[in-house]
Amino acid sequence: MSVRRTLSIVLGSGLLLGATQLSATPPTASMLADTCVGCHGPEGSSVGPAIPSIAGMSAEYFNTTMQEYKKDARHATVMNRIAKGYSDEEIALMADYFAKQEFMRYPQKLDAAQVEAGAKLYDKNCSKCHDEKGALADDDAGILAGQWLPYLTYSMEDFTSGKREMPKKMRKKVEKLSSSELDAVLQFFASQQ
Amino acid sequence: MSNITRRNFIKAVSSAALISAAGFPMLAAAGGKKQVVIVGGGVGGATAARYIRRADPSIEVTLIEPNKHYYTCFLSNEVLSGERKLDGIKFGYDGLRGEGVTVVHDLVTGIDAGARSVSTKGGKSFKYDRCIVAPGISFVDNIAGYDAAAAEVMPHAWKAGPQTALLRKQLEAMPDGGMVLIAPPPNPFRCPPGPYERAAQIAHYLKNNKPKSKILILDKKDKFSKQGLFQQAWDRHYPGMIEWVKAEDTGGGVMRVDAKAGTVHTEFEEYKPAVANIIPAQQAGTIAQTTGLANDKGWCGIDHKTFESSVHPGIHIVGDAAVQSPLPKSGYAANSEAKVVAAAVVNLLNDRDPGTPSWVNTCYSIVTPEDGFSVAMVYKLGEDGKVMKVAGSGGLTPLDSSPSDRAREVQYAYSWFNNITRDIFG
Repeated sequence: MSVRRTLSIVLGSGLLLGATQLSATPPTASMLADTCVGCHGPEGSSVGPAIPSIAGMSAEYFNTTMQEYKKDARHATVMNRIAKGYSDEEIALMADYFAKQEFMRYPQKLDAAQVEAGAKLYDKNCSKCHDEKGALADDDAGILAGQWLPYLTYSMEDFTSGKREMPKKMRKKVEKLSSSELDAVLQFFASQQ
Repeated sequence: MSNITRRNFIKAVSSAALISAAGFPMLAAAGGKKQVVIVGGGVGGATAARYIRRADPSIEVTLIEPNKHYYTCFLSNEVLSGERKLDGIKFGYDGLRGEGVTVVHDLVTGIDAGARSVSTKGGKSFKYDRCIVAPGISFVDNIAGYDAAAAEVMPHAWKAGPQTALLRKQLEAMPDGGMVLIAPPPNPFRCPPGPYERAAQIAHYLKNNKPKSKILILDKKDKFSKQGLFQQAWDRHYPGMIEWVKAEDTGGGVMRVDAKAGTVHTEFEEYKPAVANIIPAQQAGTIAQTTGLANDKGWCGIDHKTFESSVHPGIHIVGDAAVQSPLPKSGYAANSEAKVVAAAVVNLLNDRDPGTPSWVNTCYSIVTPEDGFSVAMVYKLGEDGKVMKVAGSGGLTPLDSSPSDRAREVQYAYSWFNNITRDIFG
C-alpha cells in the first residue's frame, strides 16, 4: 500500500472520529490560517526567500502534506513540530482556506541560461505530470511554478537523498538527470510568473 | 529608569481627567461608526490594526504611536554582528495608512476607561468603543546606577533602534582582546532566547575581526531558553570565546554599575569590560503602569479568550505587556495574539461571540549565517479559559539536526522575518 493511500485512509478515519467527538466550537478557518501566514506570507503567498507559498495549493495536497508532517513521514525542520498542534478537522479547514487563495509570484534572481536549459528538460521529463509548467494545483503535488527556488532545491535534495519518498514515475525521471540538470529544471519552475 | 511611583500614577490619571473636563475636542468621527483606538505601533498594535480593518472595514481604527518608525527587536542581533544594516529592521506606517488606519504620531498619556477615551501628550483626545493597548515593555530599576544616562554608556539595546546602533558602534570601537559583558535580565522578559543569540552574533563579529576578545555573560537566571542548543553552538562555532555564568555562582548576577568609571559589579566581583550590554528587568510599558492596567508585578492581567484587561473592561492588552504565559513574550506570539484580539474586537463590536482562539509561536535564533535553530508551539484555549500548549506539538530543533537543516533554518528565519513584517506593517 502506498504511503499516500495509507494516509488518506488515516485522514478519512480521523475525520470520522472528529465528527463523533463532542468538542467546543473549533476556531474559524481564517483564525487557523492566520497562524500560518506569519511564516508563509500574506494569505499564504510567501515573499521569500525560502519559505514556500501555500496559497492555491489543492486541499487534498495540503491535507496529505500536513498528515505526513504530523506522522514524521516527511522530512522537515519545523513543520513536523507545528503540524502536530492541529486536529484533522482544523487541518481540513486550513486546507480549504488556502486552496481558495491566489498564489502570488515574485521575481527571483535566476540564471537565464539555466532557465532555458531547464525548460527543455522540463518538456521532456516533467511535463506529463507537472503540466502547465507546474502551475496547476494538482491533488498529488504542490504548485511548482513560481515557487521559491531555495525551497524547490531543499525538496529535491530530500528526494534525491532518500529523506523523502518519490513517486515511482518521478524517481525514474530524476535518476536520469544530473544534479546540474535538476538545478536547471528547478530554476525553470522558479522562473514562472 | 522608568519606575512609576504612586505619585506619578495619580498625576497621570488626574491630568487625563483634567483634559476631558477642559473639553478638549474629542476626535471621534461622525456617522456612528465603531471606533477602535490602538495604543502602540509595535508588532501587536500594528498587526491588530491591519486585521481589524481587514475583517470589518466599517470600523475606524486609530493607531497612536510616538515614533515615525519601528525597529524590530527580532533580527536586531544581526545588526550587532554587522550581518544586517539598521535600515534592514526599520519599518514605517504608510502600509497601515494605505489600508485605512489613521496613524497618529503622539504619546498616549492617559486612558479614561470610564469615559472610553484616550488622551495624548499633544493635547488630543480620542473616543473609543474598544481600545487595544500594546505598549511593549518598560524597564525596572533592578541594577543600581543604571539610569537613562548610564544606558547611553552601557546600552541595553533591548528596544531596537538608536540603542542597537550605539552597541554596534561600541563593538566596532573596542580593541582586540577586550571583554564584552552581557547582563541578561531575570524572567519574565521580552525575547527569552535573545541575550544568548546576541552572544553568538557578537562572537561572530569578534571571531572575524577581534579574535582575541571574550564574551562574559553574567546572568540573573540559572538556566535559559534553548540552553542546550546555544551552548552546543557556542562550543561548535566560538570555542573558548563565550563564558556563561549562572546567577547562583555570582550571588545574583550584576547588582550595580558605575557608568562613569565603566565598571560592572556583582556581589563579590568588579569588572571593567570594553563593552557592557546591561539589560534591566522588565515590566509592561509605561502607559500600562500609569493607567492601572498592570498588576503589582508590573504586567497586565487579561482574559485569555479575548485578551481583555482583567482591570478595565473595553481595553484589550496585546503583546509583551500581557500576562499571556505559556505564550512567550516573542514577536511571533505578539503577532498571533493580535490576530486573536482583532477577531474578538470585531466580533464583540458586531454583538457576536468573540470566537475560539488559536495561537502559534515559532522563534528562530541565528548563531552563524549558516546555523540556526528554532522553538515552536501551537496553543489553544483550555477548558479552564487559559491559554494552553497543544499536547504533542512544538518543541525545539533537535540537538543532532544536520548542518544542512541548520542552514535551512537560517533561510527560513529570513523568510519568516520578511513575511511577518509584511503581515505586521502591510
